Amino acid sequence: MRDGMVSRGLRNFGMARSVIVVFLVYLLAHAFYLGLPMGQLFSSMLVRFGMNGILALAMIPTIQAGMGPNFALPLGIICGLVGGTAVIELNLRGATAFAAAIVVAVVLGAATGWLYALLLNRVKGQEMTVGTYFGFSIVSLMCIFWTLAPFHNKEMIWPYGGTGLRNTITLKGWFDRILDNLWSFRVMGVDIPTGTLLFFALFCLLMWMFLRSKTGVAMTAVGNNPRFARSMGLDVDRYRLIASVVSNALAAVGMLVYAQSFGFLQLYQAPLFMAFFAVASVLIGGASMKRITLSHVLIGNFLFQSVLVVSMPVANVVFSDNMSEILRIIISNGIILYALTRKEADAA
Amino acid sequence: MILEMRNISKDYAGNRVLKGVNLAVEEGEIHSLIGENGAGKSTLMNVLFGMPVIRNTGGFTGEILFDGRNVDISSPKEAMKLGIGMVHQEFVLLPGFSVLENVKLNREKTKPNFLSRVFGKKMETLDYPAMRRDVRAALDSLEVSIDEMMPVRGLPVGYMQFVEIARELDKSKIRLLVLDEPTAVLTESEADTLLGAMRRLREKGISILFISHRLTEVVAVSDHVTIMRDGELVDRLSGGEADVERLAELMVGRRVTESVRERSVPETGAAILSVRNLRVHMPGEEVRDVSLEVRRGEILGFAGLAGQGKVGIANGIMGLYPAEGDVTKDGRAVPLNNPREAMNAKMALVSEDRRGVGLLLDQSIELNIAIRAMQTQGKFLKKIAGLNRIDAAAMRAHAARMMRDLDIRAGGEGQHTRRLSGGNQQKVCIAAALTLSPDLLFVSEPTRGIDIGAKKIVLDLLCDLNRTHGVTIVITSSELAELRAVCDRIAVIYEGRLAGIVPWNASNRELGLLMAGAAKDGRASERGAA
Repeated sequence: MRDGMVSRGLRNFGMARSVIVVFLVYLLAHAFYLGLPMGQLFSSMLVRFGMNGILALAMIPTIQAGMGPNFALPLGIICGLVGGTAVIELNLRGATAFAAAIVVAVVLGAATGWLYALLLNRVKGQEMTVGTYFGFSIVSLMCIFWTLAPFHNKEMIWPYGGTGLRNTITLKGWFDRILDNLWSFRVMGVDIPTGTLLFFALFCLLMWMFLRSKTGVAMTAVGNNPRFARSMGLDVDRYRLIASVVSNALAAVGMLVYAQSFGFLQLYQAPLFMAFFAVASVLIGGASMKRITLSHVLIGNFLFQSVLVVSMPVANVVFSDNMSEILRIIISNGIILYALTRKEADAA
Repeated sequence: MILEMRNISKDYAGNRVLKGVNLAVEEGEIHSLIGENGAGKSTLMNVLFGMPVIRNTGGFTGEILFDGRNVDISSPKEAMKLGIGMVHQEFVLLPGFSVLENVKLNREKTKPNFLSRVFGKKMETLDYPAMRRDVRAALDSLEVSIDEMMPVRGLPVGYMQFVEIARELDKSKIRLLVLDEPTAVLTESEADTLLGAMRRLREKGISILFISHRLTEVVAVSDHVTIMRDGELVDRLSGGEADVERLAELMVGRRVTESVRERSVPETGAAILSVRNLRVHMPGEEVRDVSLEVRRGEILGFAGLAGQGKVGIANGIMGLYPAEGDVTKDGRAVPLNNPREAMNAKMALVSEDRRGVGLLLDQSIELNIAIRAMQTQGKFLKKIAGLNRIDAAAMRAHAARMMRDLDIRAGGEGQHTRRLSGGNQQKVCIAAALTLSPDLLFVSEPTRGIDIGAKKIVLDLLCDLNRTHGVTIVITSSELAELRAVCDRIAVIYEGRLAGIVPWNASNRELGLLMAGAAKDGRASERGAA
């Protein structure tokens, strides 16, 4: 009986997760052997865990509602970027700026999520493909917006003047590291980004409460079995719409949290592939295209981001300096491919 | 004898579906094969055609003689080679192709051209004039005047049937043609034309095995009739001996109808539900016009052959399929096409499609039991800071009680329903319906796909609910024996209409006639109806 539980526990832990855990341990050992500053490494692991967390969290509603991972994440991300640039244009600073940016981002994210759901409800069963190309399209469309938008703040427009925003806008002096530095402290050479972690924890708690609310349960039923949901009088399209709105609003907030840690707003083509990294991280955590829990998000986000953090210096020392970026693309695309080919029956 | 099947037996994992069946079809005759759903007709045909499903499940015992020779038919292709053709109930036609192309598909006549001399036979030109002559001949032998160049899309359903038959006829050496319920989709005049065509084929020396539920047609055309019931051969009659009433009685038969339940409901009860002119658009189970009343406290059964519409009634009333008509519950009109209104009227449904509609397979037993009541009646919720949150403790306690009361065997309230046995899944569905505290419960095919022991438990459970909780129950079932065992009255549905309502102990002949649509006039038997 005991043995059965152990082996079942291992199986439940999942192939993908096990491989990544082994890889991460190997990388850490290697980093230690190379004499890299371990305190700094652990600090960045925590920061990256916190800053990417909400973007990964945005995968929960759409997967629960049976629409697959939200590949149209760039839509919400762009709403976050618009929120960020708007507060800079209004010349707000510090906590006020961050809060205002989040309000703008959530409103825009929810509104565009609603519109996007109207599209998704017409293409049931193809949400992932449609979402991917929708994400690509919206990024390209917004490139026009960034060049034409009537922003005037000198910190954002090209140094030589005129209209059009820069590729990369620094947040130094606006809301750079505003959460990272909040109540931050240092133990054993590791900087703890308390604010960012708490902010992520707050959203996890909200998501947990949402999933266990009447609406959240109805959404799960819609995702599990639309015919079942209809038989008890639930409006399937409505719950898909709610899922899309929540997911997009989370993506918008997630982008701002990401930006404050990163220190910059990256416009134009930057959001193009961000959906894939978020999707990959929850899949590594053990989610499938149809099933996801909070623990999948937490574990996956931690493993995926940690591998990236640790592999960068290790690879730079051992191989060439582009290695980390290549690794990121291999892991994220590989895990998505793996999840797509996996039979859904064993997801139970 | 063109075909003799001797002593055919077949079991699926210990479940015997054919028990030493004999079937003998003479040269140039129309031989009918009749039986209720589940009597074993399709399995027998699967054996005849060497379908993979037979081989993959351990094969069969017995022997098949074709034209006097012992044959081993191991694939449909071999059956075809022997000259056995089959027209299926569902059409296998390409809508965008013409009649000719459908008939000749993959058997095209070709003539050589210069490309084919270089690249081989695959490159030869289609010989349309020759093919048109063939197809015309096949269609003429059926005496139908379809243009062979017309696309199949847009043809009336009856004509599609003829295209299918023409395809079989065009296979040059067809000796035996199997028609599986060919008239089920036809109008009366189309069916007459088909019967005429069958007679003409008989004159040409082609034997026909005719599978049908329409007993009047069977009597009209058959030289012999073989009747099956519960996987056994019941009788073989010659055409002259067969009349509709006798066939009906033989088909339904006298099965063990041990009474599970004491019936003590007064003959005339007040109506809890009244249905007027109900039409339900459920594909395959269309309800065309049903009016009836369900009495408070009774157990009413819906009987009828597959496809006649019995399943559609409960689904229509509960709003799962588009419906029209008037439904009144406790004197109040119930809006149709709205599952929530139906549930608010204290009605609940245990669906016939357990895994498709009845359950969330990847969710826990407790959620499956609670979710309908949670979403429609606000049970198992508690308000925290103005938000409706799940009351997990209440949900679990309720599930535990239901699992004890209904004897649901599982690893706990949290187990997913996918891995439960059919019987336990059915009990979860019933528990979920009961959680809505209905006073009228619709149960469709309560024992389909569950083993014999569990069957009795489920039926006993329904009887118990009726007796101790006073729940009025409407059971839809393909198994007449089951309805006889628990129902007070049985309503028979035929072609989407009520053929009649009879007491549970009505004679087999009466029930058989109603199910075959052969009662003297459409609604002859109103005995026992309010």
